[in-house]
Amino acid sequence: MSVSQTAFHTALLDPSQAVPDGLVDSSDQPAGRRFSVYRNNVAVSLTEAMHQAFPVITKLLGTQNMDGLSGIFLRKHPPTTPLMMFYGEEFPQFLTGMEQLAHLGYLADVALLELALRRSYHATDSTAVDAKALAVSAEEVMQAKLEFAPSMQVIRSEWPIFSIWRFNTQDDAPKPQAIGEDVLVTRPEYDPAPHLLPAGGADWIADMMTGLTIGQAFENTSAMTPEFDLGTTLALLLQGGAITSVTIERLAQ
Amino acid sequence: MLDNAIRSNRLPSAPGVGYKPQHFAEILEHANPVAWLEIHAENYMGDGGRPLAQLRHLSEQFPISVHGVGLSIGGEARLDADHLSRLKHLVGWLNPASFSEHLAWSTHDSHFLNDLLPLPYTDATLARICEHIDQVQDIVGRQMLLENPSSYLAFEESTWSEPEFLAEITRRTGCGLLLDVNNVFVSATNLDFSPQGYIDAYPLDKVGEIHLGGHDEDEDDHGHPLLIDSHGREVVDPVWALLDYVLEKSGPKPVLIEWDTDVPDWPVLRAEAERAQTALDRIPA
Repeated sequence: MSVSQTAFHTALLDPSQAVPDGLVDSSDQPAGRRFSVYRNNVAVSLTEAMHQAFPVITKLLGTQNMDGLSGIFLRKHPPTTPLMMFYGEEFPQFLTGMEQLAHLGYLADVALLELALRRSYHATDSTAVDAKALAVSAEEVMQAKLEFAPSMQVIRSEWPIFSIWRFNTQDDAPKPQAIGEDVLVTRPEYDPAPHLLPAGGADWIADMMTGLTIGQAFENTSAMTPEFDLGTTLALLLQGGAITSVTIERLAQ
Repeated sequence: MLDNAIRSNRLPSAPGVGYKPQHFAEILEHANPVAWLEIHAENYMGDGGRPLAQLRHLSEQFPISVHGVGLSIGGEARLDADHLSRLKHLVGWLNPASFSEHLAWSTHDSHFLNDLLPLPYTDATLARICEHIDQVQDIVGRQMLLENPSSYLAFEESTWSEPEFLAEITRRTGCGLLLDVNNVFVSATNLDFSPQGYIDAYPLDKVGEIHLGGHDEDEDDHGHPLLIDSHGREVVDPVWALLDYVLEKSGPKPVLIEWDTDVPDWPVLRAEAERAQTALDRIPA
């Protein structure tokens, strides 16, 4: 009796399936719970990968609930590459689809923030511009185009995800208030850190990434969000080492 | 067949350990007797950041062994071309002293199962594995070592013993072997064969590296001992004794301590490496 990898794979991920025939112990008896060692290794190692990827979600839900949720997730979305450092990309969407968790609407966006932190951690290294790169006249600043570090991430949310993240990772952090928060992740050297973006900041960065000048993007953003604070946004980017190039187009004579 | 011109670096016949980032600073300060480090290839396939920076730094001071856990050499399907090119890239820039993978499969139907799954030892499996190893050695451009698995069950359809199967693979592909002494002990206990008999039948002249690790104890449905390769504790005395048996026959080899779960503080891991050094020192001249 030969055992195909399809049969092995199916039985591995579905404990209700019988152990494939043809797997035996040393007395040629059916393998029985010896097969469970493999089932267990797969489930435990992938659950552990989920805990590592989503420590704040694990804290919010409790370890036991996270174990149960991981068990469902890993069967629905087994890894598709051996790079376990990126496992769990589908988790935010999976959380959105879980009816039992509908009352915790912020979970998916907190998971997105955790994914962004991890993506930043493994992103390509880059060299930030000196903070003085924008110490030019206000007119010239408005003409500048920027390039950003691969480790920079922006997550927008209708939930207070920055405050939730901070409340669950830092002692004495203030309680989250019911407001939407956009988050900027920067990685000055090797440790990514999230920062709260001012209103309109995420729109402005998105515009800058399409190649607009600071002035053009500022105009667009201010039209939508009159209180947009360009200075704070630029300071967060510069301090976080997230700007890798400043190009100032010479003003027309 | 591997081209003889392909360069084959070597690990020193000394103790090494599986590298864990939490030990970075202490390894740089108090490595002795640890003379080389092993990394899991897949953990260093990101684009940048601290993991790669640490690895670059360590590789300036220690010979590095790249140990893959995700290639699925025994898979029924073709090898994953993307993963092969990631491996080629890593081995290319790091230029490690050794590169190894497992006699196992882990990917099927584009699902990576994150475990080393068992294979039937048949002519069909043999042909497939040799084809895959040829492909890996061609693409990565160097000899690879193949590691024997920990077995919890057997396949009725198997027609080869494991040592003969491995010997035939080395003969056909020119690959070397990574002998995991703990895996031999685990499989021998689980499947009722003599670990010394296994070593006697095993082509020790092809061994480029030895692994040691801790295992857990369980039982099967019939109360038979079932050892589980967990890499989460000290190496047990019978496995150290089996190492002595191997080294007496093979002569000095690079000996690695693997400790991947419940990773201990550096002094505990270093003490295991000291024990490996003692075993190497005992080899009769």
